[in-house]
Amino acid sequence: MADVKQTKIDLNNLKAGGFIKERGKDLFTVRLRVPGGRMSVPRLKKIAEVADKFGGEFVHLSVRQSIELININFKDFDAVVEELGEATQKVASCGARVRVPVACGGCEYNPNGLVDTQKSALEVDEKLFGTPTGHHKFKVAFAGCPFDCPKSATNDIGFQGAVYPTLDKDACISCGLCAKSCVPGALVMGEDSKPVFSNDPCIWCGDCVKVCPTGAWSEAKRGYTVRIGGKWGRNPLVGTLFATFLPEDRVAEFIATVLEWYKEKAEGYGRVRLGDTIIREGAKALLDHLRGRFPEYTVAATIAPQVIATQVGISR
Amino acid sequence: MQVIDLRGVSCPTNFVKAKLALEELDNGTVARILLDDGEPVKNVPRSLKADGHRLIGLKQVEEGHYVLELEKIDE
Repeated sequence: MADVKQTKIDLNNLKAGGFIKERGKDLFTVRLRVPGGRMSVPRLKKIAEVADKFGGEFVHLSVRQSIELININFKDFDAVVEELGEATQKVASCGARVRVPVACGGCEYNPNGLVDTQKSALEVDEKLFGTPTGHHKFKVAFAGCPFDCPKSATNDIGFQGAVYPTLDKDACISCGLCAKSCVPGALVMGEDSKPVFSNDPCIWCGDCVKVCPTGAWSEAKRGYTVRIGGKWGRNPLVGTLFATFLPEDRVAEFIATVLEWYKEKAEGYGRVRLGDTIIREGAKALLDHLRGRFPEYTVAATIAPQVIATQVGISR
Repeated sequence: MQVIDLRGVSCPTNFVKAKLALEELDNGTVARILLDDGEPVKNVPRSLKADGHRLIGLKQVEEGHYVLELEKIDE
């Protein structure tokens, strides 16, 4: 009699995805959940141990800040999940769900950071990770400042840290450092040797506040600039502006409000992303929905996400 | 007046050289730091401010470079 061994796997582990089939028979990539790309050193050590025991000769760092274990045999799924769990490391998601948020280092140690993107990424991961959208994937990114290393506008919702500067003229010593530091040209020195501020070119980077030797420039408000409807892939879209100076503690609620709209409006249209849904429904429809709950942060008007041509240079 | 000439030195070497030069000075000494236009004049002053020094003024001189005046502050 043949010794038939039935493979047992806890299918609950697979619910949120994160186990991705590879080319080889029986082999899978296991994508780990690393919100904001921050990884504690003890956890990193444990992952290395698990990779060494169950995986191939290397791990892969995904483009969205996750560590992916390569060449995991599906028969080892339970053991991998259990051993990672000893370091409270969880598996990530794939498919039509809210994905793990990405974020830059934020403001704790990066001198450019204006907001705590790491805190935001952790909070959103905790509250919304894996939420089924019913339609397509849903990506969120947090950039700590307008330099925007995470390319926030290429996400379904992209957040960008911002401060609005205000000047105390009496404290100004006319040194000119702010005007010199202002890359977009929103500040020039006036005839009275004090800086003159123009709102339109200002991207709210806060460089004037950071360089000001006397504190004459300070923050009038701080929060996130929010762009919605971006994506990359075969048909890229750049997300457009829907909210400004959204307070950090309202981010999760804001995303949930957008998700609510997306779930409803994409119903019956198949596998469609948020950006394409906004293009079909019109930007005003989403803007009005958001204004109901976030009247003080929603912008007065905006346009739908914009198509980015990727085949530039090809003549057809 | 102490002069720290960082012309022709790019970021972040200029900032690190400024730190080393400022280490040699007594607390409260006023120094002039010569910086090129562009990235150096945008970056170095705010990094020195973050290190706790007191920025006094910034002037562009005829030759095109900038002179940053600051007071060395020991933390």
